Amino acid sequence: MTTAVFWVLAPLAAASGFMVFRFGSMARATIALLVSFLASGGLLIVLGLAYLGTVVILMMVMEMVIMAVFMIAYMMNPAGLMPMAMFHNKRASLAISLTVFALLAAGIFVTRWPRRAGTAPRDPTFRLGEALMGPQMLTMVTLGVTLLATMVGAVVLATHRGRYDRFGDDLKRRPPTDPARGGVGR
Amino acid sequence: MLQLFLLLAAGLFSIGLYGALSQQSIVMIMMGLELMLNGVIVAAGAFWHYLAPASSAGQVIVVAVVVAMAVEMAMGFAVVTAIFRARDVDMADMASDLKR
Repeated sequence: MTTAVFWVLAPLAAASGFMVFRFGSMARATIALLVSFLASGGLLIVLGLAYLGTVVILMMVMEMVIMAVFMIAYMMNPAGLMPMAMFHNKRASLAISLTVFALLAAGIFVTRWPRRAGTAPRDPTFRLGEALMGPQMLTMVTLGVTLLATMVGAVVLATHRGRYDRFGDDLKRRPPTDPARGGVGR
Repeated sequence: MLQLFLLLAAGLFSIGLYGALSQQSIVMIMMGLELMLNGVIVAAGAFWHYLAPASSAGQVIVVAVVVAMAVEMAMGFAVVTAIFRARDVDMADMASDLKR
């Protein structure tokens, strides 16, 4: 069962991941990335991680929806009506990524992996919750604080700059760039 | 079977690396980073299933990577928004202030 599903989902995940950087439109690239994530989530479910696989699938669907909004906001050609090719350093990037893949693949096949230790619990989700609320509490707290800091940082970065922005990044610009200058003769 | 899963993870990681290095658009660079993290998720799931299913460490790694993905996405879009507001920039090549 695992093998059969793997041979369906693994090529789909890799091919759609590859197509993300081949498509001429951002909309298609986003959908290709979503397909790749859905396939990876499916593989996690097949591996026995039903909860985490579902989390990955749901999170990625939402993330791609948000990405689509930003894509429409920032890209000059979101629908792909004109061919899109925004590359730099294509050859070096290809060489580096192929080298990394070759090294990783060599490591995978050269390494003598240990035997499977123990058996999977009947309810892996329960075990995960138990671990996060027990021995892995520090991990859980760190992740929580990181997410909180991200929320605060993202809001600060994304909101419109305040009145001090007219003094520049280092607050040293004199005179400040006011939208309307005051005083006589403005 | 573990090797096949890890090979898929390596493939996803390498494809993402290619995208992160070769794309000019910041949104596309973020897609590359997401694909790299996707590879890490597949590898962690495979390690858990084929090497240490009795331990929950593999699952915790998947949770940590999912959080890393959310953080990367949120901060990436916040930085894009900030730099777009300030200078109308949405390309990595146009934001090369740290280059000397």
